[in-house]
Order: sequence, then structure tokens, then C-alpha cells
Amino acid sequence: MYEFKYHRPETVRQAANLLIKNEDAKFVAGGHTLIPVMKQRLAAPPHIIDLSHIQGLDGIEIKGRSLVIGALAKHAEVATSAIVGEAFPALAELAALIGDPAVRHKGTIGGSLANNDPTADYPAAVLAMGATIVTNKRKLKPEEFFQGLFTTALEPDEIITKVAFPLPKKAAYIKFRNQASRYALVGVFVAKRPSDVRVTVTGAGSEGVFRVEAFEQALQKRFSPKALDGLTVPAEGLNSDLHGSAEYRAHLIGVLAKRAVEAANARA
Amino acid sequence: MAKISLIVNGNPVTGNIDPRTLLVQFLRENLRLTGTHVGCDTSQCGACVVHLDGKAVKSCTTLAVMADGHEVKTIEGLAADGAPLHPMQEAFREHHGLQCGFCTPGMIMTAVDLVHRKGHDLSDHVIREELEGNLCRCTGYQNIVVSIAAGAKAMANSDLA
Ligand SMILES: Cc1cc2nc3c(=O)[nH]c(=O)nc-3n(C[C@H](O)[C@H](O)[C@H](O)COP(=O)(O)OP(=O)(O)OC[C@H]3O[C@@H](n4cnc5c(N)ncnc54)[C@H](O)[C@@H]3O)c2cc1C
Ligand code: FES
Ligand code: FES
Repeated sequence: MYEFKYHRPETVRQAANLLIKNEDAKFVAGGHTLIPVMKQRLAAPPHIIDLSHIQGLDGIEIKGRSLVIGALAKHAEVATSAIVGEAFPALAELAALIGDPAVRHKGTIGGSLANNDPTADYPAAVLAMGATIVTNKRKLKPEEFFQGLFTTALEPDEIITKVAFPLPKKAAYIKFRNQASRYALVGVFVAKRPSDVRVTVTGAGSEGVFRVEAFEQALQKRFSPKALDGLTVPAEGLNSDLHGSAEYRAHLIGVLAKRAVEAANARA
Repeated sequence: MAKISLIVNGNPVTGNIDPRTLLVQFLRENLRLTGTHVGCDTSQCGACVVHLDGKAVKSCTTLAVMADGHEVKTIEGLAADGAPLHPMQEAFREHHGLQCGFCTPGMIMTAVDLVHRKGHDLSDHVIREELEGNLCRCTGYQNIVVSIAAGAKAMANSDLA
């Protein structure tokens, strides 16, 4: 790891000002993406601004018809929160599938979204629910926020403060893990929302998370695994690597989507 | 350099460190607490697991400066020197939960955290799921699972947390 100077702001405003003053600085929250990347010397920020001691950014609450999760909420907190378990169990299950217990004790939802790893889990739920990503500057919809591989609409001094998920009628997330990294080889999130159905896929797209509109239309007519019979996703443009070919991933999307619908329906 | 002060195994400690010092380096090299191991250094193996504010974390993926003002417990802190072992340590000894012992400190710290979160009656399935982030190159895991189930039960009747 290269040398850097460490800063520990107490408020979001202080953190943003520190970044404006120190060009090329980086925020750190759980550090479970940034620290490994710095250890590999793939990033060498001269300043590290530690967000993890800012108070009040880790809350989990229901506001109106939304579940609002603070950016610093750790995966383990979302996975075990009674509020999430009651209002949006699919999200609690998704969080419980991230990495391993020690990773879940450190990694945060804000860090995961800011990183926009194409194999990360949270982006699938955020895109499926049309969640609002709230920053110190503005509110972003997932379509504007996610901009492809490891890329988001965030400006350098922009800090995610919370994420507001509208609540689904039914939802489920099924993940096929990469056995070595524990990230998603393919993960499919299916959500029956008050007005429509959304199906999102992580792990497979070369540009990150995406929707499968053909599946959405079929499920809109009939929310049953059978509705997906005969439907496939083209392998073209999907990731292909030593863990699985594009064809394999395309096949998994169909299988996992059916399982997700089944799991969503099984929830009374 | 950065000044840090934290509690390690119940004792206040201070350090004047390069901010890029990992928590595991600080524990091993500055404090000479070499029970915590570095297996992979890439966040995969769990040999470096310690408790930070009571929760299992990978100390190879935590900066020591980020632990400033916090509380850390390592394998050395489970039982006092010369006193009987912690029930989880004793269970690993009793049930042959280790061979070379390299993964053992991380396994035990992970297991103790697991008992804190999920209680004393743990099924094999739960234990195996929870060991997702801990690799062992020797045992084939079977006796680690047996040890953790027994250690979890024994912790119910122990004063050691
Ligand atoms: C062994 C291992 C297994 C993992 N498995 C999975 C998995 O299965 N699925 C999965 O989804 N993830 C997985 N992860 C990643 C993990 O979830 C990370 O914790 C997460 O992606 C990043 O969160 P963080 O809080 O650690 O972010 P950090 O590493 O602290 O930061 C990551 C990036 O986000 C920026 N950032 C952080 N917080 C904010 C904020 N509030 N506003 C703006 N920018 C911010 C930082 O500047 C940095 O660029 C794994 C990680 C490890 C080490
Ligand atoms: S040394 Fe930390 S996880 Fe392997
Ligand atoms: S006992 Fe040798 S690595 Fe586990």
C-alpha cells in the first residue's frame, strides 16, 4: 500500500470539505473494497477520509411506504434488522448472502453502491425497486446512478447518505455464488411492485446490473414460474470468464428467475 | 504518522504508526500479539479474524487507524495466561479441531462470535455456513465443526465470554 494521510471527519459536510481541499482523496466506509484495492496498489489515494465515524448515517427505518437505510448500515445490520425482516425480507436475505460473516460486519450499503461492482448484490435490489439514492447534493434514481462497470453518477465530493426502497408486494433474490470469491456469478432479483414487475440481474452483465424486460412482461401477465417457460436471455454481451461462459450465465438467469418467482410466491 | 489509542484484550494501548499499518500488523508487530495470523492477506481465509467492538472482522482488511478509540480482542484475550483455556479453545483441543494450527486462532475467534450471535445450540449446517470466510488446509473441517458445536455448548456454563 502506498502512503496516505488519514482524516476522520465527524459530519458529512466536514467530509465533503476535506475532499474538496484534498484532490484525489478517497472516502472509506467499511474498507472492504478500498483496502484490498489499495493493498494491491491498484489505487493510491494520497488522502483517506474515513466516513465510518459520522453519527446518524447507519439508521434503518420505515418512512411512509419506503424502507430507508443509512449509507453506513453494515450488511450484517440489514441482514438481521427486524424492520427489514418484516417489511422487505428479500433485502435481508440478500444482505445475508454477501461475502462471509466478517465481511458483513464491516461492509456497508453505501460503499457497495458507490463501488458498483458488476457482481455485487445490492445493485440488483436497488434497480428492481427503483430505490432512491440520496446524497449530500441530490437524489438519484438507479437508472441515472449506475453508469456501467465500477462507474456511478457520483461526483468526487458526493457522499451517499441513504437509500430509500419503495416496498414491494412480493420479492425474492436468488444468487448463484462464485465459490471462490463469494460474489454473484449470477444473481436475479424479482419484485412484484404495486404497479408492475421488475426482474434484474447482477453478475452476468458486462456493464453491470440490468433488467430483463421480456421476463418482466411475461410475469406481469402471470406471476408464476410457468410464465417464464420457453423464455431465454441471449448470451451475447454477457460476461464470459473462467468461472462460466456467457451461455452458462444466460442459462442461469432463466433458472434463477424461476426460482426467485417461486420463492417470492412462497412468502405468504 | 498517526497517534492511536485503543483497548486491546482489556488493556489500553497506544501507538504512533504509519496510517497504512493494517490492524493485523499493529497487533503482531507493534504489540507482539502473534496469535493472530496472516494467511492470505487478501480477505479470503479468515486466519486474521479478531473481534472489533465485539464483532468478528478480518484484521488484514482493517486499518489500525480506523480502530483508534475502539476495542479489540484477539485469541490471546480469550483466557488469562496460565488460567484454564476458554471453552472454545478447550473444545478444539479435545476434539482435534486442529492439525497444523495455522487457521485455528481465526477459527476460534469466528466461532466465539458465532456463539454470541446465534447461541449455544448450533447445527452442523449453521456452523458450516458460518465458516464461509475461514479456510483450513489440513483438517477437512469435520473436526472443526464438531469442536465448535461442543465449544458452543460449553460456553453456556462458562464465565468466559
Ligand atoms: C472477501 C470478500 C467477499 C465479498 N463478497 C461480496 C459479495 O458476495 N457480494 C457483494 O455485493 N459484495 C461483496 N464484497 C464487497 C463488500 O460488500 C464491500 O464491503 C462493499 O462492496 C464495499 O463496501 P465498503 O463499505 O466496504 O466500502 P469501502 O471499501 O469503504 O469503499 C468502496 C468505495 O466506495 C466509496 N464510498 C464508500 N462509502 C461511500 C459513501 N457513503 N458515499 C460515497 N462513496 C462511498 C469509497 O470511496 C470507495 O471508492 C466482498 C468483499 C470481500 C472482502
Ligand atoms: S489473512 Fe486476513 S483473511 Fe486471510
Ligand atoms: S489446521 Fe492447518 S490450516 Fe487448519
